[in-house]
Amino acid sequence: MNKEMTAAQVVSELQDGMTIGIGGWGPRRKPMALVREIVRSDLTDLTIVSYGGADVGMLCAAGKVKKLVFAFVSLDFIPLEPYFRQARQSGDIEVMEVDEGMMLLGLRAAAWGCPFIPTQVGLGTDIVSRSDELKIVDSPYDDKEWVAMPALHLDASLLHVDRADRRGVCQIKGPDHYMDDWFARAANKTYVSCDELVPTDTFHADAEARLVHWERSQTTGVIPIAGGAHPTSCTPEYGFDVAHFKEYAGSVKEGGFAAYADKYINGKTEDEYQALVGGLDAIRKLPIPTY
Amino acid sequence: MSETPQYTLAELCITACSEAFVGDGEVLATGIGVIPRIAASLAMKTSNTELMMTDSEAWMLAEPNPLGDRGDSFVPAKESWMGFSRIFDNVWSGRRHAMLGPTQVDRFGQSNTSALGGTYARPKVMMLGARGFPGNSISHPNSFFVPSHSNRVFVEGECDFVSSIGYNPARLPKGHSLDDIDIRRIVTDLCVMDFGGPDHQARLVSVHPGITVEQVLENTGFEVYVEGDTPVTPAPTQEQLDIIAKMDPHNSRSKQLKDDPPGDRS
Repeated sequence: MNKEMTAAQVVSELQDGMTIGIGGWGPRRKPMALVREIVRSDLTDLTIVSYGGADVGMLCAAGKVKKLVFAFVSLDFIPLEPYFRQARQSGDIEVMEVDEGMMLLGLRAAAWGCPFIPTQVGLGTDIVSRSDELKIVDSPYDDKEWVAMPALHLDASLLHVDRADRRGVCQIKGPDHYMDDWFARAANKTYVSCDELVPTDTFHADAEARLVHWERSQTTGVIPIAGGAHPTSCTPEYGFDVAHFKEYAGSVKEGGFAAYADKYINGKTEDEYQALVGGLDAIRKLPIPTY
Repeated sequence: MSETPQYTLAELCITACSEAFVGDGEVLATGIGVIPRIAASLAMKTSNTELMMTDSEAWMLAEPNPLGDRGDSFVPAKESWMGFSRIFDNVWSGRRHAMLGPTQVDRFGQSNTSALGGTYARPKVMMLGARGFPGNSISHPNSFFVPSHSNRVFVEGECDFVSSIGYNPARLPKGHSLDDIDIRRIVTDLCVMDFGGPDHQARLVSVHPGITVEQVLENTGFEVYVEGDTPVTPAPTQEQLDIIAKMDPHNSRSKQLKDDPPGDRS
C-alpha cells in the first residue's frame, strides 16, 4: 500500500464548492505547503473549517473562500489576522462563528455519524442568536434547552504532521495534536503532509506508536514536504517564523496579499518558496516559542 | 513598623486579580495575558495552593512557570498532559476559573471578543472571534481584567456582539437560572468590581489608591452599584511582590499598562 502523493495531486482531487477542514491551531502545525498549492490553483467557493491562522487569512485573501466556520482566526503573537479581518470587514465571506469547543463537537458528530451533539455551549450568546444554522432543541430527559451543534461534514481535511509512513500512519510528536484526529475522522478524504517520510518499523516501539493519534484507514494521502508547515510551527522540529509572519501581516498595508503572493507563492514551487525564506536548514532552526 | 513597600499599578492589579481565585479550591486557573497569568500564579503560590495550572501550551504544571525565557537548565514541573482537546473536558466539568480580557463588557457582564460596529455580515472592526468565551461563560466562573477602564470597554448598551453569557434575563436559556452564571470579579486600572449588587447589578468593590469613586463612575458606560464608603484596594505585601518578581523575572508586567504608573496615584 502506497498513499504517497504530491501537493498538486491533492489539489487536483479537490473541487470547487467543497468543505475543507484544516488542522493545526492558529500559527501552529498548519499544512501551509498544501494551502499555498490551493492559492496557486483555480479552486473557488470553498467552505473552510479551521482553528484559523494564516491558512484562513491567505485563502480569504486569494478569493478561495465562500464561507468560513471559525471560533477565532489569529497569529497569536499578532492577535488579529490581517486578511481574515479584511475579508470580514468587507463582507466578502459568509461565516458560521462557533465556540472552540463547539467546533470540536461538530467534528465529533460528523465522525460518529450523529446529526448533532447537544451542548449548553453557546446558550445566551450571539453565537446562536446571530446564526441561521444553529438550532436550539428541547431535551427528552430534562426541562432545559440545548444547542444542537450540527455535524461538520468535511469533504476533505488537510493536515501536517512530523512523520508518516507510505501507508498513512501519521505521528505527531509535538506536545499537542490539537483536533487533528477529529479533522481526520470528520472528513471523507484526509490528506496529510509530513516533514519526514519514514519506514513503518519506526513506529514499532511503544513510545513511538503512542504518538499516532488516528488509524491509517483515516488517511487518504501522504505528502512528504520537509518544512511544509512553514511559516507555522511543527514542534519539536521547528518554531513559527516570527519575522515572516510580521512581513506577511505588514503586507496588508504595503501591496496587499497580491504583493506577498507574487513574492512567495504565485508561479513558485515549494522548493523556490523555501529558498526565498532562507532554506530548509533555516526553517529547521526556527526557535520553539516560550510561553 | 515596617515601611509600606513601593509597588506599581501593574503589581496592584496582579494582587487584585489574584484575589479572584481565593476560595476556588481545586480548579484550573487560566490567566490569559501577562497580568492575569502572574495573578493566577501568585494565587497558586499563596492564597490557594490547590489551584491547577497549565504551561499555556499542552501540559499541566505542579508549579507555575515563570514568564519568558527560563534558561536551558529550567525543568518545568509537569504533572500531566493537557492538550487543547482535553481543555474542553475540563471546561465542561466546571472545574476551571478563567481570567480574560474582552474588548467590551456590558451591564449584564456579557462580553465581546468578536466584532465591533457595522453589521454582523460586515463588521466595522473584526477582532478574534468568540474563541472559547461562550463555553467558558456557561460552564465555569470567569473574571475579567481590563487594563484601560473606559466607557468604550464598559459600554452603555449591550455589547455589539455577545461572546459570553452574563446576567441578562432576556437571554437566559430555558431551564437555567441567573444564579448558574458566575462572573466573579472585574479588575481594571481604576478599581475592582463584581456583580454583587441588587439583581446581579455591577458593584464597586474597591477603588485603587488615589482613584475616586467618581472617576470610576464617569468612565463606566452603565450604572454601578456603590454601597456606603468604598474601600481602597489593598496594597501588595512585600511577600506578594517578591513572588511576583520571581514569577516575572524579565519584568513583562512593566510593559502592560501605559507608562507603568505607580500603584498609588494620590
